[in-house]
Amino acid sequence: MPNARNNSAILRLGAKIVPIFALILVAIAAKPAPQTSQPQESERYLSPIEMAFSPDGRWLYVVCEKSDELRVVDMQSLKVVATIAVGHVPRGIVLSPDGREVYVTNSWTDTVSVLDSATLKIVRTLSTGAEPTGIVSDRAGQTLYVANRLSNDVSVIDLKTGEETKRLLAGRGASYLALSPDGKFVYGTHIYPNPASHRTQPNSEITVIDTARQVVVDRKELHNVAGVFRVALSADGKLGVAAQLRPKNLIPLAHVGHGWAFGDSLTLFGDDVNGIVQVPIDELDRYYVLPWGTVITPDKSKLFVTTANSESVTVIDIQKLFKFVHAHPQPFVNDLSASANYVTARIPVGRNPRGVVLSADGKRLYVANRLDDNITLINTATNKVVSTIDLGGPKTANALRRGEQAFFTARYSFQGQFGCSNCHIDATVDGLQWDLEPDGFGKDIVDNRLLENLAGTEPFKWNGGNPDMPTECGPRTEKFFYRSQSFTDQELTDVVSFVYSLPYRPNRNRLPNGELTPAQERGKAVFERTRTKRGQPIPESNQCGYCHSGPKFTNQQRFDVGTGKPTDRSPLIDVPQLPNVADSAPYLHDGSARSLEEIWTIYNPQDKHGVTNDLTKDELNDLIEYLKTL
Amino acid sequence: MKRRICFAALTLLFALSLAAAQDMPRFRWENFTTANGLPNNHVFCVLVDGNRIWAGTEDGLGMYESGKWKVYRPKDGLAHQAVLSLAVDRRTGDVWAGTMGGLSRISAGRIDTFTQLNSGLSNDIVYGVGVRGDYVWTATAAGASRLNARTGHWDLYNERNTPMFEIWTYAVSPGEDKVYYAVWGGGVLEYDVATGHWKDYNDPDGETEMVLMKDQGLIHEITTSVSYVDKILWVATYFGASRYDGRYWHNFLTKDSGLPSNFLSQIKGVDASRAWFSTDKGLAYFDGTNWAIYRPALDTHKPEMLVRDTEGKKETRIPVDSAPAHNYILGVDFQGDDIWVATAEGLSHGIRQQNAVAQLRPAGTGGVRVSSLSKSTKESSSVVHH
Repeated sequence: MPNARNNSAILRLGAKIVPIFALILVAIAAKPAPQTSQPQESERYLSPIEMAFSPDGRWLYVVCEKSDELRVVDMQSLKVVATIAVGHVPRGIVLSPDGREVYVTNSWTDTVSVLDSATLKIVRTLSTGAEPTGIVSDRAGQTLYVANRLSNDVSVIDLKTGEETKRLLAGRGASYLALSPDGKFVYGTHIYPNPASHRTQPNSEITVIDTARQVVVDRKELHNVAGVFRVALSADGKLGVAAQLRPKNLIPLAHVGHGWAFGDSLTLFGDDVNGIVQVPIDELDRYYVLPWGTVITPDKSKLFVTTANSESVTVIDIQKLFKFVHAHPQPFVNDLSASANYVTARIPVGRNPRGVVLSADGKRLYVANRLDDNITLINTATNKVVSTIDLGGPKTANALRRGEQAFFTARYSFQGQFGCSNCHIDATVDGLQWDLEPDGFGKDIVDNRLLENLAGTEPFKWNGGNPDMPTECGPRTEKFFYRSQSFTDQELTDVVSFVYSLPYRPNRNRLPNGELTPAQERGKAVFERTRTKRGQPIPESNQCGYCHSGPKFTNQQRFDVGTGKPTDRSPLIDVPQLPNVADSAPYLHDGSARSLEEIWTIYNPQDKHGVTNDLTKDELNDLIEYLKTL
Repeated sequence: MKRRICFAALTLLFALSLAAAQDMPRFRWENFTTANGLPNNHVFCVLVDGNRIWAGTEDGLGMYESGKWKVYRPKDGLAHQAVLSLAVDRRTGDVWAGTMGGLSRISAGRIDTFTQLNSGLSNDIVYGVGVRGDYVWTATAAGASRLNARTGHWDLYNERNTPMFEIWTYAVSPGEDKVYYAVWGGGVLEYDVATGHWKDYNDPDGETEMVLMKDQGLIHEITTSVSYVDKILWVATYFGASRYDGRYWHNFLTKDSGLPSNFLSQIKGVDASRAWFSTDKGLAYFDGTNWAIYRPALDTHKPEMLVRDTEGKKETRIPVDSAPAHNYILGVDFQGDDIWVATAEGLSHGIRQQNAVAQLRPAGTGGVRVSSLSKSTKESSSVVHH
């Protein structure tokens, strides 16, 4: 019995302890594991990227790219008062002229969500081109113009019918639009350079649309410019400003010490400057990287530019700028001493500042800190931060968020000159080819590659020289590129986690039902064929599906496919993955093929890159149609 | 009595002939050559785009606007200096130029070029181009191509998927329901937009130049131009012209119509009954009944305008002070009531003149309707009153 009593006591004790242990175990299980690669639902970050005010200034609408939401901030309480789910990866916003409707572009669903600003309900959804980003309404509120980043055009949408009436040809990577104050023109900018001959200076354009005729009437050429971001116009319409990157990709990337990697600058246009003028915003020993958002005060006294990779806002005195521009002959965009004549302040803000808006009176500036989930409020008279509006995202950064923050900053490179996202704009490509000096000057010219769903595609680099991502992002990037050694082990792990987390973008070349078109079916048969049209067997190693095998269409090996150039140290080329290959022109390791067609019409004379010379033009077209679906 | 009847009949015939002559459009011709900015005098094609005139020549593409020429050549990004065909996308304003070295798109000054090496285009020799909706149709030396300008997708049509036994396509005319191709040596091909099916029309006499049975079908296999207007197909060949209404064919030859030559480079329908014919012996207009011919006289090279009856048997010479730059006409396009003409020796602008019927018509006969040249201005035809 004593034993029984003892046992009973033990059982009672156990009955008390077990639930406690169980609670502890549950608590442990519920706690996010350190270094997790996938954020929990409660950690869904917001990534505010663009903003717009209601006409009365009472509400600030904030587009949250990562949480697929529109958040509404009450400008009296500075609190978020509403959250509305929109489409996938929203990026742009504009209000109807009367403020009754809010339009949000959903870049991964190729739509515009139309919200009733009174009820904050989505009242209809409009179709656009591929990856809609920037959006403006005409003055009458009858037509929307939407810049489509992947289809490289501008959708013209009739708001009465909701139909896209036409697409206007833009430049590559059409992304941002601005309506002139008189409503007569829409100005469009592009995050990628226009296609050009191999190893020539990149050029972009500002596309000008006449809203009366709804046609493109001008293309302002931007020489030596690749990525161009937000464009803004002064209230009198006489000054336009576009934020831009000037890459120095034709020379070896060995001259970071000379400042010859990227030039952060602006293009000015309009009557105030009598044409087009490019001006630098960097300093001789400090860089203000990836100028993104631009806004001009109503009295045209100041210009504010968010520098996305430098966590700051650059303030420019416009009258000083004009004085300098009018006194100095072009070009002076590479003279980094120039900025001291017109840049009057650098205001530190949050991580990856992008969108920027002014209050109607121009006294308050609002900056969306994309990777801090908040908004910095600045007094434009003093250039001082007044407060920060918390949008309600997670309070701590997990590994992926930390990696994203490290990816989208220039703080690790010498003098803060550039970051990962300088070349991988919005974690994609830059459409450029670079001469990376670790290989030797003039050797191994390489094209930029997509970063989507990279796990299982190792090794990296076009010569397969980096066996894994830590090597790719670590020694290669931080030493050779950044001229520093500043990633800690944890930061490197975070960056690698982030890069590996990047998913595929939607493939627009597939039918919604997953089936292949007849042309794609024929192309698939070409891709998988084992014999030539004359019946000769194709050696296994020269069949498309041999190298481009597996779920990502790479066998992760290196081959000589006859595309090596005299400047390459080895003709052996890493087999690239093929998913979304249609989005990554130009092609081949050095970007010498401007289109998928040229891979075989020009660069496969010996049939070493698959057997293709027996194909008719129709059959080659079919093969390409199939490749676009991968 | 017999004499009186004869005289009356002749008088009536003369009056009718005179009336026909007075009804035909008259022009004052202004000619452009290299002397006043045209890139080259050998003009293969002309396109009117509002106030802009595009001229495709042997050595460059010229754009005339506000009294000045702007010239595009390969150094400016044009696919090739020889520009064979032109079309405009009326919705976007983009101009498409078919050349001897590919297809170029000129959009607000930017030129993008599509070739058989860098795109899905079937062949670099682009004889014809036409735009309808999102589709850009091309006629090339190796079959037909269709680009979906919105998606970038190419469709090729040739002997493998159409009744095209000859793949030398020479011109294209895309309509809302049908798309027609002139196939040099292969007659005419018809594409049904609704079904996606192709059908061919050939010369029932085969490839010979003999016409055994008039109006039995297409006049000849060597077709050079097609024009599809108001559901009527007009066809030009090197051996006469044809009109097809979907059921019946009507052919035009010099021997039985007012056509000045059987060698045609282009045909352009105005509507179901009227068309313009570009021949090596002058520019011809058919108003459904009578013919007018505009050219420098073949012998004296002096300006000439002739009006002929339906069968070409009666001819009236209209006194004129100017004429197109050359009798070898390669193409036309319309600008309201004006006409622009591509010739072998310059580009000509026919400026429509009010016909002098008021002085010639007997008093009290009222006004006469002056036909508009182009379909687009048909609704705004003017009336000249006595």
